[in-house]
Amino acid sequence: MASQSNEKTEQTTRRGKPRWGRLVVWLGLVVFLIILGFGLMRTQQGPITIGEKAPDITLTTFDGQEIRMTDFPGKVVVVNFWASWCKPCEQEAADLEAAWQYFKPGGEVVFLGVAYVDTEPEARAYIEKFGISYPNGLDLGTRISQNFRISGVPETYVFDRDHVLQFVQIGPFQSLSQLKSVIDTYLAP
Amino acid sequence: MLANLGYGALIIALMVCIYGIGAALYGVIREKNVWVNSARNAMLLTAPLITLSVVAIVILLIDGNYELDYVASVTSNSMPLYLKITALWGGQAGSLVFWSWLMSLFASAVTLRRWDRDREFLPWVIIIVLVTLTFFLCLNIFLENPFARLWQMSGGLIVKSMLPPSGAMLYMQSDGNGLNPLLRHFGMIFHPPMLYLGFVSFVIPFAFALAALITGRTDDRWIRITRRWTLVAWLFLSLGLVLGSRWAYDVLGWGGYWGWDAVEISALMPWLSGTAFLHSIIIQEKRNMLKQWNMALIILTYDLVIFATFLTRSGVLSSVHAFAQSAIGPLFFAFIALTFLVSIALLMHRWNDLKSDSHMTSLFSREALFLLNNLLFMGILVVCFWGVIFPLLSEVFTGQKVTVGPPYYKAASGPLFAGLLLLMGVAPLAAWGRSTYKTLGRAIWKPAIFAIIGIGWAIVEGVKNPWALLGFGLCALVTGVIVEEFWRGARARQRTKGENFVLALWRLAGRNRRRYGGYIIHLGVVFMALGIIGIELFQTNTQATIAQGEQITLDGYVLKYEKLSIFDTEDRRNIARAVVHVYKDGRFVQELYPRRDFYYESQQQMTIPGVRSTWEDDLYIILVEWEPVSAESATFKVFRNPLINWLWFGAIIFMLGALAAALPEKEGIVQIRQVKHSEYSTAKV
Amino acid sequence: MFVKHLLHILSEENRFSRMRQISHICGFLIAIMLFFVFEAGAQSPPPTPSDDEINAIASELYCPVCENVPLDVCGTQACEQWRGVIRDKLMEGWSNEEIKQYFVELYGDRVLATPPAKGFNWLVYLVPPLVILAGVYWMVQLFSRRKKTVSQSEATINLEQEEYISRLEEELKKR
Repeated sequence: MASQSNEKTEQTTRRGKPRWGRLVVWLGLVVFLIILGFGLMRTQQGPITIGEKAPDITLTTFDGQEIRMTDFPGKVVVVNFWASWCKPCEQEAADLEAAWQYFKPGGEVVFLGVAYVDTEPEARAYIEKFGISYPNGLDLGTRISQNFRISGVPETYVFDRDHVLQFVQIGPFQSLSQLKSVIDTYLAP
Repeated sequence: MLANLGYGALIIALMVCIYGIGAALYGVIREKNVWVNSARNAMLLTAPLITLSVVAIVILLIDGNYELDYVASVTSNSMPLYLKITALWGGQAGSLVFWSWLMSLFASAVTLRRWDRDREFLPWVIIIVLVTLTFFLCLNIFLENPFARLWQMSGGLIVKSMLPPSGAMLYMQSDGNGLNPLLRHFGMIFHPPMLYLGFVSFVIPFAFALAALITGRTDDRWIRITRRWTLVAWLFLSLGLVLGSRWAYDVLGWGGYWGWDAVEISALMPWLSGTAFLHSIIIQEKRNMLKQWNMALIILTYDLVIFATFLTRSGVLSSVHAFAQSAIGPLFFAFIALTFLVSIALLMHRWNDLKSDSHMTSLFSREALFLLNNLLFMGILVVCFWGVIFPLLSEVFTGQKVTVGPPYYKAASGPLFAGLLLLMGVAPLAAWGRSTYKTLGRAIWKPAIFAIIGIGWAIVEGVKNPWALLGFGLCALVTGVIVEEFWRGARARQRTKGENFVLALWRLAGRNRRRYGGYIIHLGVVFMALGIIGIELFQTNTQATIAQGEQITLDGYVLKYEKLSIFDTEDRRNIARAVVHVYKDGRFVQELYPRRDFYYESQQQMTIPGVRSTWEDDLYIILVEWEPVSAESATFKVFRNPLINWLWFGAIIFMLGALAAALPEKEGIVQIRQVKHSEYSTAKV
Repeated sequence: MFVKHLLHILSEENRFSRMRQISHICGFLIAIMLFFVFEAGAQSPPPTPSDDEINAIASELYCPVCENVPLDVCGTQACEQWRGVIRDKLMEGWSNEEIKQYFVELYGDRVLATPPAKGFNWLVYLVPPLVILAGVYWMVQLFSRRKKTVSQSEATINLEQEEYISRLEEELKKR
């Protein structure tokens, strides 16, 4: 008898418990799945897509200047990601500099170089080796590359005069003429 | 054509699966046995079909049919035969087929068992296994097709497709990329199959658990059926984990055996919950408690298996072990969500039916200690899970990428593992039901002497680290308990049966395999713990650049760099091989050859350490760098890994124990029958 | 110069706040029964750093491009450059902590083996002990609840064998 009543009280206490317990389990599961889903989306999502507005980035150049995208309203901006340890980057380094020299007098195009996961002395040596004269800087805290969601180096992003992304080159440019024609396309008013 | 055959077999297997699911559902709803039997036959048919497909891939791999994308990406002309075969699981597509194949074999095995006592489970087990199989086959057929060919379009573009795109020519390469050099190791021959076997076979206990939940037959019948399946699955998983760490030790060249890499951890997680399950089902069997918990555990284990597979294959995590990014992520995510939601919903649905009849009585009873064991395993699981998931969380919520590395896991799980060691020593001494600190105290003093002797010996040997002393003491305690258990059991048998001691020992273990197998597993764990304490707490290393004839010293070892030769091999490797003489305490002991292999095909390099292995320690030398042409000087990194061999030795003991425990034993229903006709059975014995 | 800029970032205040964080960690450690063992090594750098000294720091750093491999064993060119930087910094007389901080400024928090204990990252250290404590609480609950029903279970208990040995012998007799 006594045990029966005991069991009864226990059942009532137990019945009350699972209700919020269930809620917690379901909530936990849903949150877990959502996070997993977000994680998956992030990996599935490639770099920023064409038509997107430029991320607000701050590049600290090797000369100690702080450059922002917003410093160049109405200009075409070319952002190139590279690294001194990256062999394919070397293929296009000279072309990039040549293109810069070609567009520099017009003053309508801005080149920015971002050294991804690089060390300062090596990056400086690289710049010297290829005689690169447009602004370059290290990607501090890999913030810029995270904003662009780059998948590797080299990658180049071309923004039009309204700083809307128009062209992405994954891997090095094939030739100087390819690079020039791409920029010319978005330079045309 | 063989590729078409293999692909066709997969498609037919998929259709058979879908038919089987339909038939089983119809059969169970309309209660028509014919349909259930038909579904059962369908399940049996999947194995030969997928076998055909696997055979097709293997032949294509051996033949070097490089027009197939998969073949070209994992094999090359210079690879030896056995590696061409193991290339089956060297890449995403092939390993998924391999996975499906193993699953179909397990499905067949479970179908062929006698079902007369539990027929109501059959349709549901069929459905659950077939749904899983369908999912994996879908991955292969629609997203990761190992039979897809490469085609060259008129514009020169190369596309991957099963059927020829219009105007395309078959793109035939003369040689393939070759298997990732990291995978060219004997450990890789067995490690993935064992791990997959472990993963795949957990589907069977899971299917039975869900079937029990669906049918509402929640007595411990399902536990009796699935116990051995779980043990087998767990054995394979353990073997897979150990082989994986041996592979890491031999191949990855960082002087360690376990890097707390996300992929390693995700394989460890189901092992942890599986181990907890294996312990807590004993409580259910003996005391009829914790039914809800056991059900939850086995479901968790399988969900973690699927989660681990998802993590390694979807590209969510970056890791040395992960497969390259692929398109299977979203589909896999849907499957994970489905598995989790269905299993948890069912568990909730039957939660109240799973209430236990007995109660916890004493804090010192064996069931209480087993529960504590579960708590510790779950604690480690939580640490692992959180560590794996946190970088994802951080990225989602703060946009910051972070690393959760070995220091985190080591610090967090170390004390918990120590707690488990302690329990391993104490729990076998506690009685079921009621046990007080007094009875426990009476039982523990003898093993405690072992522990004190162990610590004393360690101090004499010069061990000062308190953690290490604690660890060695616990190891000695557990050893003492196990020895005493065997000795006591054998003596009792000796007294009652009049057998001699050795025979008594043998029969004792033979008649009670699960229990004494368990003790052997524990003994294996003790040896493994010795190895782990050795390498974790006492590993030393040094790195130096030395000229020929010069030497490096490390903990009583002297290494003399003799020479270095660089040469090409037939299988398109460039090998740089150093000759190092090892002296210990001034005496020459061994010549070692640390080397670096460079694979021309894949442009990858691999560091193969030179290892001198003894029971006391491993001397592990890595060739880091060398003067390009003259080899005048070279850089070596040297590790001394104390006691590491005990880890491998312990793993072997562990496996033997697990094997003993998993071997068929007359028990369960049979046992009851046996007890009833006790004279009969003793006469037979 | 760029280095100067970074040195500026690493101002005294910054370092002080980091010290405070460490002391926070210590308090937390003791609170959760030595859950996390902490190791701190402070060395004064000699003029020419040896490979071992470089590796000591490198082993605690992870490079973002080399997938969960610590810097001391990572073989890529990027990692070699990083080790070169560690050498340079050691030669300049930087402390281990400063060098690590330098890498964090350059490449973000993910270069550290464990997330720095601040802000959101606290979760990584707090959640597992809390969950385990919840488990302990649940177990204690399980026992205290049982105490009420102990009279009932007494009956079943008495059926159980008292002593271990007798139980074992009983088992053996059955066979």
